[in-house]
Amino acid sequence: MAAPYEHTDDSVVVIIGSGAGGGTLGNELAQKGIDVVILEAGARHEYEDFINDEWASFSQLAWTDKRMTSGDWRVATDFPNLPAWIVKAVGGSTTHWAGASLRFQEHEFKARTHYGALDGANLLDWPITLAEMEPYYARAEDKMGVTRTNDIPGLPGNNNFKIMKAGADKLGYKECNTGHMAINSQPRDGRNSCQQTGFCFQGCKWGAKWSTLYTEIPKGEATGHMEVRPNSQVLRIEHDKTGKVTGVVYADKDGNEQRQKARIVAVAGNSIESPRLLLNSASSMFPNGLANSSGQVGRNYMRHMTGSVYAVFDKPVHMYRGTTMAGIVRDESRFDPSRGFVGGYEMETLSLGLPFMAAFLDPGSWGRSFASALEGYENMAGMWLVGEDMPQETNAVTLHGTEKDAFGMPVANVNFSDHANDLAMRNHAYAQGSALYDAVGATRTFPTPPYPSTHNLGTNRMSEKARDGVVNKHGQSHDIANLFVSDGSQFTTGASENPTLTIVSLAIRQAEFITGEMAAGKL
Amino acid sequence: MPTVYSGRAARLDDDAHIDEHRGAANTGLSRRALLRGTAVTGLGALLVVSGRAVICPSQAWGLETASLKPETMATLIQMARDIYPHDRIADRFYAIAVKDHDKKAAENESHRDLIEGGIGDLDARAGTGGYRGLGWEEERVAVLSQIEGTAFFQTVRGGLVVSLYNQKEIWPLFGYEGESYSKGGYIHRGFDDIDWL
Repeated sequence: MAAPYEHTDDSVVVIIGSGAGGGTLGNELAQKGIDVVILEAGARHEYEDFINDEWASFSQLAWTDKRMTSGDWRVATDFPNLPAWIVKAVGGSTTHWAGASLRFQEHEFKARTHYGALDGANLLDWPITLAEMEPYYARAEDKMGVTRTNDIPGLPGNNNFKIMKAGADKLGYKECNTGHMAINSQPRDGRNSCQQTGFCFQGCKWGAKWSTLYTEIPKGEATGHMEVRPNSQVLRIEHDKTGKVTGVVYADKDGNEQRQKARIVAVAGNSIESPRLLLNSASSMFPNGLANSSGQVGRNYMRHMTGSVYAVFDKPVHMYRGTTMAGIVRDESRFDPSRGFVGGYEMETLSLGLPFMAAFLDPGSWGRSFASALEGYENMAGMWLVGEDMPQETNAVTLHGTEKDAFGMPVANVNFSDHANDLAMRNHAYAQGSALYDAVGATRTFPTPPYPSTHNLGTNRMSEKARDGVVNKHGQSHDIANLFVSDGSQFTTGASENPTLTIVSLAIRQAEFITGEMAAGKL
Repeated sequence: MPTVYSGRAARLDDDAHIDEHRGAANTGLSRRALLRGTAVTGLGALLVVSGRAVICPSQAWGLETASLKPETMATLIQMARDIYPHDRIADRFYAIAVKDHDKKAAENESHRDLIEGGIGDLDARAGTGGYRGLGWEEERVAVLSQIEGTAFFQTVRGGLVVSLYNQKEIWPLFGYEGESYSKGGYIHRGFDDIDWL
């Protein structure tokens, strides 16, 4: 049973956000008997309510509240108020994600050591190693039911994967398969197996793809130690004169301000909202925002080097049938500066339906060339290119000077410009993706620019030293002992892998730390 | 409120304000009125402006405007086709895709000025006979290219990329099948049926 807690109950852990980080942390704490209140800005839509329709689903799930953009990235021109395609709903972006669940590599936890001092890059090693993370990765993979782990078979390959595999073989790539996916290839954990429906991004109506919405959250609620409050947008975090946080002020479903007391506050609103909230919680004691003595809150915003390659063939493909991210090539995900850049990238199949293909293939483009590209839709295959981008101090989430949301809270501005390393990697990835499809007989290929960001990372980064980042190796803020960050904003660097598995693993680890500190009387 | 008159088109739009008619004859327009109307293009389906309506006699639909001039709507429809030219897509889908500009123009004077001003500018740049008088797509595209940076063009294109491609009725022309959950997904319906590799 979901446990309702009083606003005045200052014994609860308040978690802001219910996605991969917040939802997992909440359940892990509740399982240990710790009382948790999760405040979620979005509404609660159960999985049977999801919609197999791109624009209708976007209206249902996406965070469409105004955001601003700046910098030289193309998203700022094409989608000036939509820097990110992430979710505002219970379950957060785990409703929308594709399911790819890859462990980071050893060298990626030590980016500064391996990549060196790149001009303009604010690189740092993680204060945590792969060896330390491995047990938590293992627990996350089991929790999420990741294919190719725990004796779970891989998913069957769809048409889009078969094209990728044929091209990968021709190019001599060795690591191509249907991936490590948190999508059930067989019924598991009370959930269905994948029915190859093709609307992973719109929320899995079968519940086959792991999402906190129908795993961590109901499991946490069932303990009697967790309450989820949807439609509750946190506006600021409060603290006492000793500098400890004491609770949060949020706008409830009716737009009224409420104050929820807390013993501990964990911020997990994704890498745009989390720094926005910390910055908006500035006080006379913390004039630059909470947990910001380093000045790094909001900085080092990363979004992965992304891009896509779509290709048209002379015969039908029907790429939209089946798992959206149906396969992967991992050969380029390695440290090999001889390619002209540091870091690596993954090649992962991707498909968009016709409405989103029209919007994202080449935003702003028009005329017969564009129209004829779409007319090749039935014969199209596609892949997403996702690689490690460089943290840069000037790529930052800040509070906008004049624009405010419905509750009077300044909206976030997302400033981003590609680093030269990002550009070199993208060009390499475009060339390799096109070559892969050319090897299978593509008649036309489209190097497609990055979409609004789905992987938002790094804006409250983890660091060994307090001067270099916002949180320590447990996601605990350097400045305030009972303030935590529990989402991808704590990433020191982005690595080349999709971030969710690492976010979940860090949340499991963080729950263990918080439980221990509470038991020891330190929190 | 714009109205799409068509037995077929009525199915194509979710909006409530659609009347079903079997053809232009049923809209109260006599053959004479049609002949009095202005033929707006000699290419493809013939569009005719009559009274407050844009009529497509050959395909039996009509679009009545409430705020925008019907000539403006006819030009918008042609402009929409020139922006995203799909020769297998009939004019009525382009008409449905741009008709909301009339609704917005009725609600918002600045939107009406944006559209009327933009179309007026387009006609002026096209010379005698206006935009619709240019017989070749390349000629019209040359004019559009001059204005593609304007708020008018971007408003029309930005709305169109959603309102055209989000019409389910045209998806089969692209080989897109849409919703699949109710059919049990594609696990038994060809998710891996590629046979030419």
